[in-house]
Amino acid sequence: MWTWFYRLASPPYVYGVAAALTPWLLTTAAIAIGYGLVAGLFFAPPDYQQGDAFRIIYVHAPSAWLSLFAYTTMAVAGAIALIWRIKMGHAVAAASAPIGASFTLVALVTGSLWGRPMWGTYWAWDPRLTSELILLFLYVGVMSLRPAFEDPGRGDRAAALLAIVGVVNVPIIHYSVLWWNSLHQGATVAKLGKPSMPGSMLWPLLSMFLGFMLFYGAVLCIRLRGEVLNRERQATWVREAIKS
Amino acid sequence: MSVGLSEAFFLVLRRELRLSFRRPDQLLQPLVFFLIVTTLFPLGLSVQLSLLRDMAPGVLWVAALLSSLLSLDSLFKSDADDGTLEQLALAGQGLNVIVIAKTLAHWLVSGAALVLVSPIVGTALAIPEAAFATMMLSLGLGTLTLSWLGAIGAGLTVGLKRGNVLLSLIVLPLAMPLLIFGAGATDRAISGTSTAGALYLLAALCVLTCTLAPFAATAALRITLE
Repeated sequence: MWTWFYRLASPPYVYGVAAALTPWLLTTAAIAIGYGLVAGLFFAPPDYQQGDAFRIIYVHAPSAWLSLFAYTTMAVAGAIALIWRIKMGHAVAAASAPIGASFTLVALVTGSLWGRPMWGTYWAWDPRLTSELILLFLYVGVMSLRPAFEDPGRGDRAAALLAIVGVVNVPIIHYSVLWWNSLHQGATVAKLGKPSMPGSMLWPLLSMFLGFMLFYGAVLCIRLRGEVLNRERQATWVREAIKS
Repeated sequence: MSVGLSEAFFLVLRRELRLSFRRPDQLLQPLVFFLIVTTLFPLGLSVQLSLLRDMAPGVLWVAALLSSLLSLDSLFKSDADDGTLEQLALAGQGLNVIVIAKTLAHWLVSGAALVLVSPIVGTALAIPEAAFATMMLSLGLGTLTLSWLGAIGAGLTVGLKRGNVLLSLIVLPLAMPLLIFGAGATDRAISGTSTAGALYLLAALCVLTCTLAPFAATAALRITLE
């Protein structure tokens, strides 16, 4: 029953799975993002309060969600690697960190572009914004700790531990709009009961969420292959894989 | 001769405190740094007392953060350099107890000392005396939490040649919530509103780090020592 789990410890297997998954993830991501963008930017009705400016949500909200998701993936992969001593977990964590940091940056930039016409300012020291900024700094910390060690194995374990410690920030960001009365608007989609959005706005957004997740998966697979090749560069299977 | 857990704890604690007091200059440097940084702000900004009072909590807390960070580097460094830390790790007492004792000793000579001099700084920054109790309590809780967060960072960077900047990069983002609640509590005490909420949150953070951070710091040390 656990063979699939043990197989994930084998670098050639992980490399092969990542290579096989990449085209599927890329195609489905392109379809979902394509539909979401066209339907969201051209066919969804303008918001009764925010006009057309609300449309940035189709990029902003999925990036913000992915910034948290990529961090959690990094921490969970790191934890798996620390607990079961599966080195591939470190490879996944190392591959996930720059993607997550980029999504965090995109979320911050799109948010401040939206904030200018809506709140009248690019930046407000609001709990949601501040905690998202802290998340970016946490990513930077994890990413700079890993290469600081001369022994790569040690750097991997140190980065994994730091990622696990930083996980406390994830629920703080997610619930910051609930816990503090913040300027940032509350949840509109992931709410119990009826979402506060009509279907013509909601479906493109959900499609964008799905598309961004698939896109993250695709980029993760591509980066993971690079990580695996770099980490296993002494192994014979790598030489064979590159030749073919 | 076998040494019990609590005995090992107090032996390490006493050793750390004795080592610190043998070097009074190193003990005083973070405190003097704290005083100098808080002096810089009124000089650089304005000497208007009302303006100073508005900024005082932030200035006080940023200075406390930086000065604790300054002394964090030496938490495990000298013991790791001369091999004492490895011997302690091999001593069979559990690295946990030793990490707790070392961090507590670090807090006593840096954080607690900072709390004691904070009324002087508070007076200089025009914080009303009625707010001193809240200010000292929040600083006490905050610096203890910070020592624990710092122990994780110091454990992760102890084996590195240039771990100093990296240590700040790791610890400061984790310490940001602390700054928000700590400065918030002091701010509320100055304006005379209820401080209970911010103080409870600070206490919760303190309990969280006191219970979980020893494990994380020990794991960090094991990674860098092995």
